[in-house]
Amino acid sequence: MMQPLPSDLITVNVDGQDIAVPKGTNMIEAARLASVEVPHYCYHPKLTISGNCRMCLVEMGLPVVDPATKAPLMDPATGKQKINWMPRPTIACATNASPGLHIRTNTAAVQDCRNSVTEFLLINHPLDCPICDQAGECKLQEHSTAYGRGYSRFVEQKNVKPKRTQLGPRVTLDDERCILCSRCVRFSKEIAQDDVLGFIDRGSYSTLTCYPGKQLANNYSLNTVDLCPVGALTSTDFRFKMRVWFLKQTPSIDCESSVGVNTEVWSREGVIYRITPRQNDAVNDTWMADSGRVLFKEVSAADRLSWATLNGVQVTQGKALQAAVDLLSGRGGRAESGAVKGVAVVGSGRSTVEEQFLTQKIAAKLNATVALVSRVGVGDKILVSADRNPNVRGALVTGLIHALPEQKLTALGAAIDAGQVQVVLSIGEDLIAAGLTGAQLAKVAVIYLGTHQNATSAVASVMMPTLTVFEKAGTLVNQQFRLQKFARAVPGLAGVSDDLVTLSHLLNALSGAPLGATLGALWPVIAAEVKVLAHATYDTLPSTGLLLDSTSWAGLPFVEGETLHFKSVRVTGVTS
Amino acid sequence: MAYVVERKPLTLAERLYLPQIFAGLRITLKHLFAPNVTLQYPEERPVIPPGYRGVPTLVRDPQGREKCVSCQLCEFVCPPKAIRITPGSVPADQPDRLHIEKAPQAFEIDMLRCIYCGLCQEVCPEEAIFLQNQYSLSGYTRAEMVNDKARLYELGGTLPDQHYKWDKKKIAAEHGNTH
Repeated sequence: MMQPLPSDLITVNVDGQDIAVPKGTNMIEAARLASVEVPHYCYHPKLTISGNCRMCLVEMGLPVVDPATKAPLMDPATGKQKINWMPRPTIACATNASPGLHIRTNTAAVQDCRNSVTEFLLINHPLDCPICDQAGECKLQEHSTAYGRGYSRFVEQKNVKPKRTQLGPRVTLDDERCILCSRCVRFSKEIAQDDVLGFIDRGSYSTLTCYPGKQLANNYSLNTVDLCPVGALTSTDFRFKMRVWFLKQTPSIDCESSVGVNTEVWSREGVIYRITPRQNDAVNDTWMADSGRVLFKEVSAADRLSWATLNGVQVTQGKALQAAVDLLSGRGGRAESGAVKGVAVVGSGRSTVEEQFLTQKIAAKLNATVALVSRVGVGDKILVSADRNPNVRGALVTGLIHALPEQKLTALGAAIDAGQVQVVLSIGEDLIAAGLTGAQLAKVAVIYLGTHQNATSAVASVMMPTLTVFEKAGTLVNQQFRLQKFARAVPGLAGVSDDLVTLSHLLNALSGAPLGATLGALWPVIAAEVKVLAHATYDTLPSTGLLLDSTSWAGLPFVEGETLHFKSVRVTGVTS
Repeated sequence: MAYVVERKPLTLAERLYLPQIFAGLRITLKHLFAPNVTLQYPEERPVIPPGYRGVPTLVRDPQGREKCVSCQLCEFVCPPKAIRITPGSVPADQPDRLHIEKAPQAFEIDMLRCIYCGLCQEVCPEEAIFLQNQYSLSGYTRAEMVNDKARLYELGGTLPDQHYKWDKKKIAAEHGNTH
């Protein structure tokens, strides 16, 4: 008999196994909870149901009740309630579970349905797998292996449809491969709010296309490529670059804004080929913006900094470090010896929590003023927020800053002009872009740690190269105060030390108290010193992140507006 | 564990020694008049039997067109990881092949790694890679032993094609399809 259940749970029976599922769950998800896979193409958990692929046909039965008394009718043979099996199969995606629902997915009839649907889908599907970028992650390929007959009975000519259509700047469409599941159409309409895709013509002539005069050009267009169960929509950037089965997946975080979209970085032998979203139902569902997918190109950019310099001359990392320590501790530099040293630290909202923690330690040791540079853009209300720094909240949490950063470093400029600051340590921030003038920088000694060349790296007294987010591991705090970790996808540039190593060497040389240079060594220190991170460690951090207690910063006027799964408590006017 | 080897005493014929002598002389005499089987390698070369697994090569179709579409299945299946392909698009100077879309930019087989297993030929969906009759490879450097795309096509030559799969697709695309 049925056990009493919490009111929001109901019991369904999948292939003879009773399982409690939330109300409103459809049959595919109910089967998934019972570890039974129901093959499907058009169904996507984050989109509306369209029920057009017919791949998820299952047998469904409902418990029988006496029509007059509504009392359960029992089967004397089994002692259980009788089940009224429907004479025809139903689609599992569009049928919600009801109490006592019975599902059969392993009968001959269901198998027959899947085989037939597969055969029909393959009738007009081209033999393109050797040249198709989807091969290896293609649902049609997978289900054809499981349910296909292995040869074709179709003797007529296959359909001819447009191939190699540019749907937009980033998406290529091959209509012959399309199985008309309409996932991309629904995504454009429901998630991207840019309803440009649709089907024209009828029957087997049906063709996916853009509305005349329009393009699939929105910043979420590449999600349709991820969604596409076949190789109809492919990424123009990733086209013919590498087979997916060679690529290693590394969990990472999109650093383009404070949303902290969870991503998967696909690399082979130290080369990154693409970035796709990683599901996190509390942050980004299964989506990400196109703008975040090209960020990996910075890794192999021509203007990458790959060696340390001292006054523009290439030196070893050790020498640069020593020169930086000398400058920071007042033993060298442009100011006259004996002059009172004022040090300013320009931290970064792009650094990881661990780097910000070390920066804060360095600043505290030097009694330096700390500034951060804010980057404010226009939020798109989906997955790009107004704050383009991924980790401003990490700086707040680690105590590097106590107020929100300014867009321009005017206070620091004034301090330089007043002669209060002689040395500026910049962690990856271009000071000239942040509002300081070349004349102001000429008055001070600049120590620059960064990944790419810019105006500041060119004038820095000491420049030490650092790693991009893809070459190091760490954590970031997103706009929800969710602590999220990312792993190292590819090895760092040869000869470039990890940021944590550089910063902890600086700190050790300044304070004499060694602090770990690895995540494993640092996190116990961070957890001991930072109250809201008290129970966190890098290793035990869940892949979906850890929501931190944000009450201490509730009053700050954060610039973020509304995005997916996030609503700012106080929305301020955004100027860009 | 120690065990005893039983040594049988020699028979009379064995002790006489002469029957073995004559048997040996008989074999020698037979070969004196039998046809010669020694090959004067390398001046003379053996006949390679059909199905021989020699050096892997890339082949062209009878029209002299490239068959490989750089699907990278051979690279995937290769047990010693001897194959390395850089995929790319079909070059624009081959308009009759543009509908195939994909072709290798670079194709390298490291013959110092290759174990002549033939899995690349077996897995190829385009029948573009074959282990043919070539069996003797030598070089002075390691780099010489890596066959690049041009060398692979030079070794492979042209083989007959029964399918012309891509030609059929092109004809279908040009003439459309009446239901």
